[in-house]
Amino acid sequence: MENTIDLSRRKEELRNHIKDVFPESNLDYCLTCGMCVSGCPAADIEGLDPRKLLRMFVLGQEEELLSTRWIYTCTVCGRCKHACPMGIDVGRIVYVLRGMRPKDQRPANLQRSCELQKAGNSTGIPNEDFVWVVGDVLEETRQNEPEWAGLQAPIDKAGAEYYLNQNAKEPTVEPEEMVPLWKILHRVGIDWTYSSKWWDGANYCLFPGDPKDWEETLRKQVEVVDALGCRYYINTE
Amino acid sequence: MFYAVLEGLRRFKIPHNFEFVSIISLYARWIREGRLNVSSAWNTEGLKFTVQDPCKLVRQGIGDEVAEDLRFVIRQVAGEENFIDVWPNKSNNYCCGGGGGALQSGFVQNRRACGKAKFQQLQATGADVVITPCHNCHTQVKDICDHYNGKWQTTHLWNWIVKAMI
Repeated sequence: MENTIDLSRRKEELRNHIKDVFPESNLDYCLTCGMCVSGCPAADIEGLDPRKLLRMFVLGQEEELLSTRWIYTCTVCGRCKHACPMGIDVGRIVYVLRGMRPKDQRPANLQRSCELQKAGNSTGIPNEDFVWVVGDVLEETRQNEPEWAGLQAPIDKAGAEYYLNQNAKEPTVEPEEMVPLWKILHRVGIDWTYSSKWWDGANYCLFPGDPKDWEETLRKQVEVVDALGCRYYINTE
Repeated sequence: MFYAVLEGLRRFKIPHNFEFVSIISLYARWIREGRLNVSSAWNTEGLKFTVQDPCKLVRQGIGDEVAEDLRFVIRQVAGEENFIDVWPNKSNNYCCGGGGGALQSGFVQNRRACGKAKFQQLQATGADVVITPCHNCHTQVKDICDHYNGKWQTTHLWNWIVKAMI
């Protein structure tokens, strides 16, 4: 007679932790149908996929769950949740797993992007540099393209209707990519502004899995936008 | 990144006085309202366009509505006949493989393996230009194009809007 797996002594600390921080996680709802796997670009990489990840909880494979690199190949794109007949949010479970790792055991660059963003922006350049780059690129455009001599790129303009941010990559690596957006806004004629205090649209602190860091960076943005009195917050990506 | 703000405001119940909007929805609204006039007349060579629906903006963000806006803007800018859609698309689209911190995490081989479905999907359209409205998508789509020997150019949407402005 074949042996059956004895689940009576399986480890449950991790399951209980997930249930505590994410009560709607519904780990036990999985029907093992595999709908999640069919459209998952991360399926089979590191030997895992969303369905197998849920099975590992059921089987109490805690060490494997806490050590797999798959949680950084899964991009938390949400397609598995979109396809799941039981609505299980595997991505959010992945975030919880990421957040359980001590900071020094997380991918260094990922954590660094968040730490830098907490301090101001994800590239770590001083805010004065952002202000300088915007001014410099604006001046250059006005001079080189006479038809755009009236182009504007306002910063810290209190009472502007729209607050705008940019991914930090633009002012730091490809500043010329800011110009087309300025031209569009100019043509439409909206009243907009950047903030010198928070201008990065990236929000990396969602990714390492610490909701507190995510909340902290978001609260700073809310403070900045509301202090300017803008009616709309435009995200550019 | 759109979702982090949208979902964060909800999850942490942060009081705020502004309305949170995507630039993509605004482009579409401005074109429809006649405040942003564009024409595809520049596209005399019939450059073909396709699009990457960012997971965080479409599936996890506003949904199909913003994916439709994105397509509307591209069609206006590039010409109706010059837009070739991907399949699956919109809320059912494949992730590019670079989001969620994957580009920052450093497991390059895994990231490119994860991007293979996206490469095949984009390659199948035969498009010359892939519009990527998200920076993670932009970096990843450009990288998988180089890595798997694709030929398209990976660009933001704003460059083409300016080209089409009349």
